[in-house]
Amino acid sequence: MTDVGTLTDSAASGEAPVTTLSTPIRLDYQYTAGLSQSRFLHGIAQGKFIGQRCPACHQVYVPPRGSCPTDGVATTDPVELANKGTVTTYCVVNVPFQGQSIEIPYICAQILLDGANIAFMGLIQELPADQVRMGMRVEAVWLPKEQWGLTMASVKYFRPNGEPDADYETFKEYL
Amino acid sequence: MSAAATGRAAVRPVGVVSVAQSKSVRREDHRNEVEILMPVVTEVFANIGVTKSDMGFVCSGSTDYLVGAPFSFVMALDAVGVWPPMRESHVEMDGAWALYEAWTLLQEGEIDTALVYSFGRSSPSQLDRVLALQLDPYYMAPLWPDPVALAALQAQALIDAGKATEKDFATVAARSRRDALANPNAQVAKDQSVEALLADDYVVAPLRRHALPPITDAVACVVLAAGDRARELCERPAWITGIDHRIEAHALGARDLSVSSSTRLAAQGAGVFDASGGVPGAVDVDVAELHAPFASQELILREALGLSEAVAVNPSGGALAANALMVAGLLRIVEAASRIMDGSARRAVAHATSGPCLQQNLVCALAAEPAGPAGKGA
Repeated sequence: MTDVGTLTDSAASGEAPVTTLSTPIRLDYQYTAGLSQSRFLHGIAQGKFIGQRCPACHQVYVPPRGSCPTDGVATTDPVELANKGTVTTYCVVNVPFQGQSIEIPYICAQILLDGANIAFMGLIQELPADQVRMGMRVEAVWLPKEQWGLTMASVKYFRPNGEPDADYETFKEYL
Repeated sequence: MSAAATGRAAVRPVGVVSVAQSKSVRREDHRNEVEILMPVVTEVFANIGVTKSDMGFVCSGSTDYLVGAPFSFVMALDAVGVWPPMRESHVEMDGAWALYEAWTLLQEGEIDTALVYSFGRSSPSQLDRVLALQLDPYYMAPLWPDPVALAALQAQALIDAGKATEKDFATVAARSRRDALANPNAQVAKDQSVEALLADDYVVAPLRRHALPPITDAVACVVLAAGDRARELCERPAWITGIDHRIEAHALGARDLSVSSSTRLAAQGAGVFDASGGVPGAVDVDVAELHAPFASQELILREALGLSEAVAVNPSGGALAANALMVAGLLRIVEAASRIMDGSARRAVAHATSGPCLQQNLVCALAAEPAGPAGKGA
């Protein structure tokens, strides 16, 4: 075996020590949405939010993943949800990052659709960032119908719908 | 043999009391991980009339790299249900290692039952690239060596050592896939002659197509229970009389690939060998389920475990019939335990592997009677 010496020897010989090694990695995957999420996405392609109800605890999940995370049983009953809901909590994004497609500052919120028992993340637009608040009532704004597809990108964003703010008691369990 | 004779501490009797598995398939097109797991979890509980609230612990084995989803193991818990809060853990390993963690916790005596499950979908990824990432990240992974090429190096080392021929590999494959005809969950089940298999082209010499495992999606579940609780739940538990796992050097060049010293050490630790210290080999085993993804590896494992010709090896068809990554090791315990639970075997040994070229190995000894003073294995 060749004696390659030590780092100290290397430094003494004038060679710069190797401190960084770059090994690019790329992995491609075929995603399987699953039965329940497929139903949800087919609903999105028709302009609807389709959740699923747990037969044991009656909670409604959206987007559904096919099981109730509390009870561990299959959620098989589809439930069509409203196009509007409540901002349960939010953050205002002020930090630019690579690949950012929206102008900062913008609002990222947890939205509890009417009839659902779990909030999901959505973008709030058509509102100055400093005016968003917990309890704000919002509605989904969709792309033109001909652009609806099997993707959440069919929903452009949510915006205030003008209804009075929801009472904290109605959404405090969903923060 | 006494605990003193083996150098092992006396173990609390823990047995496999229920098992369940999905069919092993080439690709689960429609269901996500949770949807595949849920009916199998339901089955493993229904077999013995329990629910998740009867479980003292839940432990899973999987890897996010297979489906490219961060924290996929957390989402998989939806298949079990997590309210009220429960004691739960996960290993980024084959489910056999999750079973080891559950067994260890059961040894402490605080809990009497545990659910172990694992899920593995090998189909969504570019498997050869995913598996290259388990290699040393500086010198090997950037070359993207694929797992078949590495297994071929090992098979060639075995041939060069004069321990096997290509015909031996074909013989292993022919037997495995013929045995798989009796396994309704197997993916590759065929009756083909050794001569016909030897007419296959090489994939990477000296390995032909038949010496390679299929790409498989599957899930498996096990319920473990200790002492009297195991006897309550199951007429004939498959008692774990010993379990151990060992790891060899990461660098392939630092190992003799034609032998599996870590399997031998794990087998000693699991009490598979007789008191003479492991020579000539495993005593009194009816069945061995070996996780040998490549046909050549079965020969290495047979030698490490000292299995005689009388031992039925991989009656399920083994990993050559179905090899869902992260599941195939736990499935060996499922299959070996099943032979004891159905009364067709008295003693069995199950083996699981992980890493390139059998780098890590787990050996689990199972018996119809628990080890210890009251058991036959005492």
